[in-house]
Order: sequence, then C-alpha cells, then structure tokens
Amino acid sequence: MDYVVEMLQIRKEFPGVVANDGITLQVRPQEIHALLGENGAGKSTLMSILFGLYHPDRGSIRIRGKEVRITDPNVANRLGIGMVHQHFQLVHNFTVTENIILGSEGSFVLERSKAARKIKELSKRYGLNIDENAKIEDISVGMQQRVEILKMLYRNAELLIFDEPTAVLTPQEIEELMEIMRNLVREGKSIILITHKLREIKAVADRCTVIRRGKYIGTVDVKETSQQEMASMMVGREVSFKVDKKLSEPGEVVLEVHDLSVLDARKYKALKNLSLSVRSGEILGLAGVDGNGQRELVETITGLRTPLSGTMTLRGKPLNPLSRRERSESGIAHIPEDRQKHGLVLEFTVGENLILKSYYRPPFSYRGFLNFQNIREQGRRIMELFDVRSGEGIDSPAGGLSGGNQQKAIVGREIDSNPDLLLAVQPTRGLDVGAIEYIHKRLVEQRDSGKAVLLISLELEEIFNLADRIAVINSGEIVDIVKTEETNEQEVGLMMAGVQRGESR
Amino acid sequence: MRNNKNVFFMSLSAVFLGLVAGALLMAAIGSDPLEGYTYLFKGGLMNIERVGNTLATATTLTLTGLSVAFAFKTGLFNIGAAGQMLMGGLCATAVALLVPVPRLILLLLTIGAGFLGGALWGFLPGYLKARFNVHEVVATIMMNWIAYWVVYYTVPAWLKGAYLETESRLIPEVASLRTPWLDSLFEGSYLNLGIFIALGAVIVISVILRKSTLGYELKAVGYNRSAAEYGGIRVERNVILSMMIAGGLAGLAGATFYTGYASNMQIGILPNQGFDGIAVALLGATEPWGVFASALFFGLLHSGKGFMNAMTSIPPEISDTIIATIIYFTATSVLLGRFWSRWKRRKKEARDAAQQIKDMKDKEEA
Amino acid sequence: MDIWHILIQIFPYAVALTIPLLITSLGGLFSERSGVVNIGLEGLMVMGFFAAAITVQRLEVLVPAQAIPLGLLAAAVAGVLFSLLHAFASINLNADQIISGTAINMMATALTVYLARTITGSGNIRIRSGILRQNIPGLADLPGIGPLLFTQTYWTTWVVLALLAISWFLLYKTSFGLRLRACGEHPSSAASAGINVYRMRYLGVMISGAFAGLGGGIILVTYSGEFNGTVAGLGFLALAALIFGQWKPLGVLGATLFFGFASTVANVSQVIPQLAVIPPLLLKSFPYVVTLIALVLFSKTSQAPKAAGQPYYPGQG
Repeated sequence: MDYVVEMLQIRKEFPGVVANDGITLQVRPQEIHALLGENGAGKSTLMSILFGLYHPDRGSIRIRGKEVRITDPNVANRLGIGMVHQHFQLVHNFTVTENIILGSEGSFVLERSKAARKIKELSKRYGLNIDENAKIEDISVGMQQRVEILKMLYRNAELLIFDEPTAVLTPQEIEELMEIMRNLVREGKSIILITHKLREIKAVADRCTVIRRGKYIGTVDVKETSQQEMASMMVGREVSFKVDKKLSEPGEVVLEVHDLSVLDARKYKALKNLSLSVRSGEILGLAGVDGNGQRELVETITGLRTPLSGTMTLRGKPLNPLSRRERSESGIAHIPEDRQKHGLVLEFTVGENLILKSYYRPPFSYRGFLNFQNIREQGRRIMELFDVRSGEGIDSPAGGLSGGNQQKAIVGREIDSNPDLLLAVQPTRGLDVGAIEYIHKRLVEQRDSGKAVLLISLELEEIFNLADRIAVINSGEIVDIVKTEETNEQEVGLMMAGVQRGESR
Repeated sequence: MRNNKNVFFMSLSAVFLGLVAGALLMAAIGSDPLEGYTYLFKGGLMNIERVGNTLATATTLTLTGLSVAFAFKTGLFNIGAAGQMLMGGLCATAVALLVPVPRLILLLLTIGAGFLGGALWGFLPGYLKARFNVHEVVATIMMNWIAYWVVYYTVPAWLKGAYLETESRLIPEVASLRTPWLDSLFEGSYLNLGIFIALGAVIVISVILRKSTLGYELKAVGYNRSAAEYGGIRVERNVILSMMIAGGLAGLAGATFYTGYASNMQIGILPNQGFDGIAVALLGATEPWGVFASALFFGLLHSGKGFMNAMTSIPPEISDTIIATIIYFTATSVLLGRFWSRWKRRKKEARDAAQQIKDMKDKEEA
Repeated sequence: MDIWHILIQIFPYAVALTIPLLITSLGGLFSERSGVVNIGLEGLMVMGFFAAAITVQRLEVLVPAQAIPLGLLAAAVAGVLFSLLHAFASINLNADQIISGTAINMMATALTVYLARTITGSGNIRIRSGILRQNIPGLADLPGIGPLLFTQTYWTTWVVLALLAISWFLLYKTSFGLRLRACGEHPSSAASAGINVYRMRYLGVMISGAFAGLGGGIILVTYSGEFNGTVAGLGFLALAALIFGQWKPLGVLGATLFFGFASTVANVSQVIPQLAVIPPLLLKSFPYVVTLIALVLFSKTSQAPKAAGQPYYPGQG
C-alpha cells in the first residue's frame, strides 16, 4: 500500500514531558485522515514536526515511500506539505493576493496582476470563492480560512493539514468547509484533519488515528466506529457525556437585560436590541459561534463598555450608572474568557491576585495601606477551599501555576465573593479533563445554592451538560431561548446559524 | 519578592561589563586602565570634600532615577525627566528669587514649587497616554524641548542675571539649600539639604510601592493593564497619577539642583541628569533603594572624572561611556531575565502537560 | 520683501534642515517597518556626524575632491556598524527595544566626544569646507519653480531624494518590501511563509543605521561645518516625523519638510519684520507642539506597523 506520508515511531521530548512517544501515522492518497486527541495529547507537536517547525528525537518520516528530513517549513512546502493553522497566519492590512504570494513571489519586482490571475483560477477550480483584491481585515473569518487554503494550493501542496479548522466557523461555514475538503480530495489532494470534534470526524473523515498522552492508541475506519468508541479511545475510559445534576428550581430574576444595543470598535452594532434574563437557582447557557456579540455582552454587563441604548438591572437595581467596581460590589462575579490576559496579573503572587477585586477595602487595606496578614489569610483559605496547587503556596507567582490551577484560583476568587450573578465565560477552555470536571461541579453547586449563573461557552456540549435554559446568540441578537431538555444539538446548531425554530416564541 | 538575587546579579554583571568596556577604551588610547580607575575612584572619595561632591551629584541622580523608576513600575517610559527637571527648577528658582518670606517657609515653598512644576510637566504626557494612547516616549521628548525653550526665553525675560544674558540671578543665601553646617562638615563641597530630600523621597516611594493600595494599583496597571481594568482599577487615572508623581520627582531634582548644588539657572542646556536617571533606574532594577545605590555609583563616576582627567590624559567622557555601556548591558541582562522566564515558561508548559497526564492517570485509577 | 521672495530666501535653509531629517526618518521607517523600534536614531546620527568629521578632516588636504564623498560613505558605514549593537540586542536577545535604543544614544554621544578629545584635544572637529551650493544648469532657469527649487542646492539633497524614490519603490513594488512589511505587521505569518524574520529585521536596522549615519554626515558638510558632539535632538525629531508621516515615505517627506520650515522660520524670525512680531518662544516650540497635536489626531487611525516593538519568538503564532 502506497502511503502519501508516513510518520513512523516518532518520539519528541521537551523538558519534563514526552510529547510524542513512538507515534505512527500513515495517510493514504486521497483520503481525509483525522487526528484525534484531547488538549495536550500531542497532536500539534506531531504536526509541527511534519511541517518542519520541530525536529523529532527519534523516528522517521517518509513521503511517498522515500525517507525525508524536514528541517523547516520551506522544506515542507517543497515536499508538497501545507498547513492551515488554527490561528491564521495572515497580515491584516495586506490584500488576499499579497498574503498568498508572500514568500513565493517569484521575482524581485512584484507581479501582482499575474499572481492575481493565477489565484482567481485556483479559487474557481476548487470552489473557493474569494475576492483576490480584498484586504484581510475586511473579509469574513470563513473567507480568511479559504485564503489560508489557497496559500497552500498556490504552492502546489499535495498534503494539506487542517489544525482545528472549525473552531471559528458558523455551522454553515463548517458545511462549506467540508464540501471544500471533499473537492480537494476529488482533485487528488490528501488531508490530515486535527480535531477533537467527533461529529465532524464522522461527517467527513475516512480514517482516524487516536493519540492519548503522547502515545499512539490506534487507527480506525470511521464508518465502522461510533463516536462513543472514538471518545473512549481518546480519553481512555468510558465517557459519559452528562453531568449529574438535579432539576433546577429557579427563583426570582437576578439579571434582566432589556433591549440592549451596543456598538463595537468599528461602529457597527454588536448587540441589537438584545433581551434576556437569568434567575436565581438556574444556569442560563449562551450558545453561539465566536464573534457574535458574546464578548460585547459580557463587557457591557461588567462595565467595560457603555451601551448605546437599553437597560440592565441586577435585582431591580439599574446597572448603567454604576462603575465597574460598583457592579462588582453589587454582586456580579466574572470568570473571564482569557485567564492570563484578564483574570490574573501573572507577575503578582497568588495571594496578590486573589484580592485583585477587593484590595482597596477592609480587611485587606485600611486608609490606603495594605494589611498583609489579612491578605495572606484570605489567600490561604481560598487556595485550600478550591484545591489550588502551586509550588510556594500563596507566594508563588501566578505565572508559574498550571492552567488548571490558575483557573481554579480565579473561580475561587469569584465564587468566594458570594455574588448574586456569576458570569462564566469559556470557563474550561484549554483545561484537562480533571479541571473541567471540577469547575463544572462548582458551577452546578453555585446554581444549587441559589446563585444565578450566566454561562457563555463555544462548546455546545458544555452548555448542554450544565445549562437549564439555552439562549442562542447570532449577529448580536437572541435567536431563541429554550429549555435544555426540550431541544438537541442539531436544533441549537441551526439556531446558531440564525435559523429560527419551527414556531415563534 | 522572588528573584531579588537574580536581579542583583544581573545589575552587578552589567556594571562589571561596563567597567570592562571602560578599561578597554582606556587601553585603546594608550592609558593604563588600572591607573585610570584608581584616579577615578580616588577623585570621588579621596577626601571629605570629594565625598560630599559625590553625594551631591547622587542627590540629583537619585531623584531623576526615582522618577524614571516610578513611571516604569506603571509600565511607562519617562524620557522626559530632563524637561521635568527644568520646569521644576524654573519654578523653584522663580519662587526663590521673587518671594520674600523667611527662610524656612521659603525653602518649603521652593521645594513645593519644584515638585509642582515637574508634576505639571508630567501630567500632559500622562494625560495624552491615558486618553489617546499617545506613546509617552515621543510625547516626553517633545516636552523636553518645549521646556528647553520655555526656560530659554523665560529666564532672560523675568529672572535675568546681573552679568550674563544666559543665566538667572544668583539665588540669595536665604533661599539656597546650602547650609553652613553641611558646608563646613564636608569642607566646602556642593552637598546641600537636597540629600535629605532625596533620601526622604526614596523612603516615601518605597513605602508607596510596597505597602500602599496606590502602589498595588500602579503595579497591576504596569504588569497587566487588562487585568487591572478587569479588577475595577481606573487605569487612566493611575497612568496620569503615575506620570505626575514621576514628573514631580524629577521636578524635585531640578529644585535641589538649581537652588542647592548650583546657585542659578543656565539657559540653553537640557540637563544630562535627566537621561542619566534612566541608567540609574535600570541599574537599580527600578527599586527605590537600588536606585539610591546606583545613583551613588554614578555620582562617584561623575565626581571622579575630573580628577582622573587631570592626573592622566583620559578624557572625562569615559564616565559617560561607561554609564552608557552599563545601560546597554542592563538592557541585555533584562533579556537574560527574559531567557530565564521564557525557560521557566517552557518548563511550566511541560509541567502543565505533565500535570494533565497525571490528572488523567488519577482519574483512571479513581 | 514680499512673501515669495521671503520664501526663496529661506527655502535653501529649510531644505538644508529638512534633508538630514528626511534621510534619518527614512531610516527609521525601514527599521520600524521590519518590526524594530529604533529610538537610537539620534545616536546613529551622531556616529555618522563624527565619522564624517574625522574622515573629511584627515582627507581634505590629501584628496580634496574625494574627501566629502568618502566622508559621507564613512558616515553611513559607521552608522551601520553601530546599529548592529541595537540589532543584536533587540533581535537576538529580545531586549527591550526602547532601552537598547536609549543606550545607543548615550553611548554614541559619550564615545564620539571621548574619541574626539583624544584625537584633537577639544571635543570639536572642524572641517575646512563643506559642500558648495550650486545652481542646477538649465532647471534653474525655469519660471517660478526654477529659482525656488533648483538654485543654491547641495548635491546631497538630490542624493537623498533619489534614495527616497528608491525606498518607495523598494517598499511597495518589490518582494523585498513585501517581506519586510510582513515582518513588521505579523512576523509569524512571514515565518510560516518561509521568510527569515531575523535576517529581515537585521536588514531593516542596518538600513536605518546607514541612513541615519548619512544624515549626520550631511549635517556636517552642509550647514554645520564642525562636529560638536550632538545633533541637538534631530534624531528624535526624525522619529516624530516618522509617526507624523504615518510610516509612509511620502508622508515622511511632508512631515520633515514641515519641521524643516518651522525650524527655519523660528530661526530667522528676528530678521524678517513680518515674523518678528510673533513671540520667539511660540515659534521655537511650534514644531514640538504641533507634533503632540498630530500624535493625538493620529492616535485612533495609527498606521504603525502592528508588531513593531514586540520581540519575536519563533514558534508562537
């Protein structure tokens, strides 16, 4: 059997961890081969090796049977390997054409029109509808991804690697992408699809290689394997997708958002007359594709952004006139989306971080001076209650903690402030299974003790696990709000794309 | 705080490398480095008068160094210390020459005017940065030159000296920071009450940074503006406040220099101490007592260069060269610090991955 | 004297101030476009100033015709060599680019005076004669613009303008320019396209060294005539012009012309009755105040290269 590419017994070690431990990956010509594994399992490392960004410690790589050494991306390119990165490698103020020819201009003096023509032709052949003269900053995310694909095709890539391509796409764009992938294969290309989304693997992949903790687990024929089976291989045990929780008993309305309109940086409406409410004792999940207004909603509720019109009230008290600090004092807690950018000052110690929102009032400070004894008390208490582990306890610099412990610290700080409303935005992003389960448990705990929880997540599964009601946001509007038990992922997926439910509310 | 030892060694190695560079330069022109350095250090410490001069020079440098260091803590690069020093000095000189009150009150007013003048001059770049995100480096450089011209035209217009167009009147004894007992203690050196102001500033700034809520806020803003905002800290207010305090400190440098060390103001000069303050701050790892220590060191270099020049033929600019080289190496040893933290980050990522694997193992066994 | 004649009178002086500013700012453009902020332009100018001064002084007796061109060449080379210090610190060691640039300024100033003193005893180096101003034959007789633009010019002016045109072409019409700009906007994109970001940034910094050094040399042979250890803040003004000109060659031309004129007007205001009424303080501080205003106005729509000033770590993206 002739393989397009073989990675045989690849081993790659970094200080303290073996990222790839004897992994074998073999891709047949004209197949879509999925690479499945959890965060940190070693998928990205393996592909980085294939693309020339890292060198393997042991093992070999063969392209069409011939052994090769891929020393840098240029070599990978020449061998016909191309990669569509998860974070697009595009220059925002260059045109599509300029981005595609960057590095392969072909001549000292630029020949933009010649290149543009070739690009137009390529895009027609593969069904990749793009405007070759548009600037990257002006086009949609889906189109940007197609530019990334064209970059590879322009360089005559035969093997295309897609790294988590659907994270930023709407369901409709995901469908388009899958059609594009099928087109590419029909035209003779081979594809490696890195993902952890089982449904997509089932939809478009031929075979799937599973890796776990750096080790090769197995390769399966996708048609003959269920999602459950693949998930078990990925995680190593029986996976139940549900969290144990009792029925919610919602009480009074805690957060009421009414007719809220908010402008984004470009003066477009990021939120359009949006209304929702969260009651005490319930978790309201906000589902939607990234970039549909979730960020602006959170910023407006917490006070980082001023709305154009509309009202927000917390237990009846209007939020608009309150400063960020006053809102926090009124009982709004916020687990931010980006823990390292917004949630923590990495250079501060854990203890200093745990008082980030309360340092200015007693008992942590009196008359402008900090009370270190009380601060340390608080820190120790929270670390213990919330199982935050670090090298030097509260004196460890926050930057030295693992992602899971950093998040637990933030969750601890927010929950400990005894809020009425808890905003949890992507609370388990990038965390391992253990930390995810822990945080999910605490969120349900909060809801059971009568708090109102607004959960904003890009992972539908997380929303279905935790939320009592689901609100779907698309283009700054709430498409619909439904009870979790009365819907399913397909329906919500459609709503995320803007399609209304069968009947009106 | 952690990393104190690392930082100390980094500063020390920068000093060492700077001194080595100086030695090479001395050798390059045919002089004996050992001889050169001996006279350099003797020039600063040989007798009590010279010690006084070293301390006096260190006074100004401590204050400008604190200015730069303080702004740095909030993530701001204050290249405007020279201009703030000029404005502080101008205000102090004006008060000293024009306000007829008894000595004690006059001194307090002079110092206060110096601080205010500098603070005002720091306010504008701070405001522009907070409101419009104008880079403070270019803004403060512009302010330096505006201050230069303000002094250039204001002094001859209002405060003109008796003999020369290019300087102000002499500060009367009642207004000067020089005191008879310091003069006699240090046998006629330039040392003046400014040294106490400088030490006081070091103590106050140290307390602010370490123990006050203001210090906590400023450091949070400097390390991570987004997280500070998230925590409810008013970032704009803190940026402005930080620049005002930094400006005020440089203004104090001006006040103590022009009414203490010197006896009048010259026009047409952008004081070097403003820029040396950057070196002092960096070498002192932007910590108040570190700043004082490095100000002393630089004071020594400046005090001694004249003597060295007289006894050997080594040009006095060697001191400036050594200082500049030391900054270059502190910049690169800041990078050593970065290598260190990058290495630690890689270790942390590896530890993260290991932790994940361990957690998964634990889950399995549970 | 009417306005036109005033203009013709001061134009050469304004140009003389503008040209060193222009070439230095152009250098800064290349550096920042590649992603490295270069605050050290002032120091690089001083280096060029010094190198030109020594070279011309030594050579003007031996080879009077070639002394000045050689001096300018030496200026550019000195700038390149000195800029390598900044390049190495900023690019290889990922040091804070502003600190490194400040160090360059301080080192250049101190080192050049140190060396000057050992060579000549004082800190100053005088040259006997600079470039003579000439009229361009033919063009000088054109009506209107002839007397304005083509009389009493230095040949270095035309060299710099040619460099400006070449720079524009290089930046926007060649693959080199595309790659350079990519390194300044999004270096990881450039890297995954196979471009050596380190090498590009080195080139950007070295060009800034050459141009800034040349700028310092031009000061010597046009309006200064004597090295005295400083370029009086022109390097920083060039940086301001770069921001004012929004990192585009033509914008920089406009900004530096503005500064050149404003400074000249301020200098000659006493002599020209129409201008003498304005308080000299306002005139002298005018360029700086306007820069501040421009910075505010441009703050929202700033076209600064996105990745300028940020250290580049390969493998991140």
